[in-house]
Amino acid sequence: MTRFIIRRLLLLIPILLGLTLLIFVFTRLLPGDPATTLLGERATPENIARVRESLGLDRPLFEQYLQYMGGLLQGDLGRSFITNRDVVDDFLQRFPATIELSVTAMLFAVVVGIPLGMLTAKRRGTWVDSAGTVMSLIGISIPIFFLGLMLKWLFAIQFPILPGSGRIDLVDYYFPSVTNFMTIDALLAGEPGGFVDALLHLVLPGLALGTIPLAVIMRITRASVVDVLNEDYVRTAHAKGLREPVVDGRHILRNALLPVVTVIGLQTGLLLGGAILTETIFAWAGVGRWIYEAVVARDYQIIQSGVLMLALIFVLVNLVVDVSYAFLNPRIRYS
Amino acid sequence: MTDVAVAQPTASQERSVGLWTDAFRRMRRSPSAIIGGAIIVFFVLVALLAPFIAPYDPTRGDLGASYLPPGPEHWFGTNVQGQDVFSRIVFGSRLTLGIAVMSVTIGVSIGAVLGALAGFFRGWIDAVIMRSVDIMLSIPGLLLAIAVVSWLGRGVLQVAIAIAVVNVPIFARILRGSLLALRDADYVVAARSVGVGGPSLLVRHMLPNAIGPLIVQATLALATAVVDAAALGFLGLGPPDPRTPEWGTMLSDTYRYLTDAVHLAFFPGIAIVLAVLGFNLLGDGMREAIDPRLRR
Repeated sequence: MTRFIIRRLLLLIPILLGLTLLIFVFTRLLPGDPATTLLGERATPENIARVRESLGLDRPLFEQYLQYMGGLLQGDLGRSFITNRDVVDDFLQRFPATIELSVTAMLFAVVVGIPLGMLTAKRRGTWVDSAGTVMSLIGISIPIFFLGLMLKWLFAIQFPILPGSGRIDLVDYYFPSVTNFMTIDALLAGEPGGFVDALLHLVLPGLALGTIPLAVIMRITRASVVDVLNEDYVRTAHAKGLREPVVDGRHILRNALLPVVTVIGLQTGLLLGGAILTETIFAWAGVGRWIYEAVVARDYQIIQSGVLMLALIFVLVNLVVDVSYAFLNPRIRYS
Repeated sequence: MTDVAVAQPTASQERSVGLWTDAFRRMRRSPSAIIGGAIIVFFVLVALLAPFIAPYDPTRGDLGASYLPPGPEHWFGTNVQGQDVFSRIVFGSRLTLGIAVMSVTIGVSIGAVLGALAGFFRGWIDAVIMRSVDIMLSIPGLLLAIAVVSWLGRGVLQVAIAIAVVNVPIFARILRGSLLALRDADYVVAARSVGVGGPSLLVRHMLPNAIGPLIVQATLALATAVVDAAALGFLGLGPPDPRTPEWGTMLSDTYRYLTDAVHLAFFPGIAIVLAVLGFNLLGDGMREAIDPRLRR
């Protein structure tokens, strides 16, 4: 097992190297120039040349790449060309917001999706199954941003019962940022009201972001439970007189969970992409919006490092998924 | 007696129909394929007949009539420039379908070539292609599309290319997978043993049997292409001319006016959902018809 994990981690190295090269070349292909962006349209050529020099943009591409990689290996991701803030600082400040949002969305998707998939599988052929299938199809077909807009309109504007933008009510609650997780910071500051407020702010964006994974997880759970339902060991378990919940949990779900876990891993990539849209609608200061704004502003340093870190998280999540197979299914042994 | 004698050959003929006839026949019996197909045909007709359906010029505004709610004059209301939302949705179907078809065509063509090279020749070609695919798949799709648009500039073709780039690694991986699964199939071994090799083996014996999953994925990719195109438009990266009636672009900025003009977000959004639903249903129906494991 340990050897498998180490081998998989080693395999990540060429992928990440290729990724840095790809992203580096790509940022240099972008039209426009950060020096011009910084100085504006009326900058003199001398000033532009001076700024390019100070940013290191006048050196050969190869040298720029080596310099970037050198910094990367030392944990230095450079500074934003535009705000001159440390990219790592910016990332650490914004990333917890995206994690809070993604985890909420995934929890919602898993906690609702797996039981619904199980239910529709066990009642297959009935109206429950048909209703579930139609619901999941619509869930898959609704674009995140449209769902987000409609949720915001319904629950934050038409019937204002939930907050529709931001991470917390800044008028009522103010406490220091320690971890940048709003929920944790509220608890650390001893503000239970702030904690509840932070949770409430998570509801609408979490629903918007979690609906597609929910629908996908529900479909996969249904398909995979249907496969398992007719197995001999399920019949045996019933015949032994085991109670329904025990059969469901220990015999059916445990065996049906493998494809579901795979999908949960794959959906993480979609969550990170969907975060860009959700963060836009709900004024959520996360990584997605940060990178999007960097692309628009041609802030090379942020694009390079931000995309790299998101990609790293994505491949790591999928590694965790692969490893978890062995725990879920002892028949799988990695050598 | 003669009736029976005549009927029998027809029956045996029916049993030996090809994979595609068989799949098509089963699709016609699949409710999801029929409903999905009907939705898509509806949108294609709307796109083709747009000038006859739309009551107004989608690009002409009337500033005296901006933000009108839905009513008999303007079924879906008007936007900030006073343009008729219904006419814009009708004409927008051309862009949406066009971008979807274009992007999937580009994506499938490149992805299939890469997948076929990797799955057929194996060796270092396979290694290089599949590692590149891994790298591309490690970037969240929408982010990749945003990056490509910001590189190529804004425009209809650029959006299509951006979405195609996101799809290429997926198609490559699927075709490679089906080719690998066929490598040891009896008829492939048989063809190889009588001396069929190289491109002929790939094109005549393997591809026709490996292409099913690719077609299903292409149909489902049309659905995601509609969503991705709209997402790019929503983020303000759609066609540069603000008069262009693109569905996603119509939704962008509406989150600022939700209180007063929710119809601006509602109707284009419903159009997107319907088109995506149509392609998803069609893809599902196709998958059930083509994938033998799902046969009941």
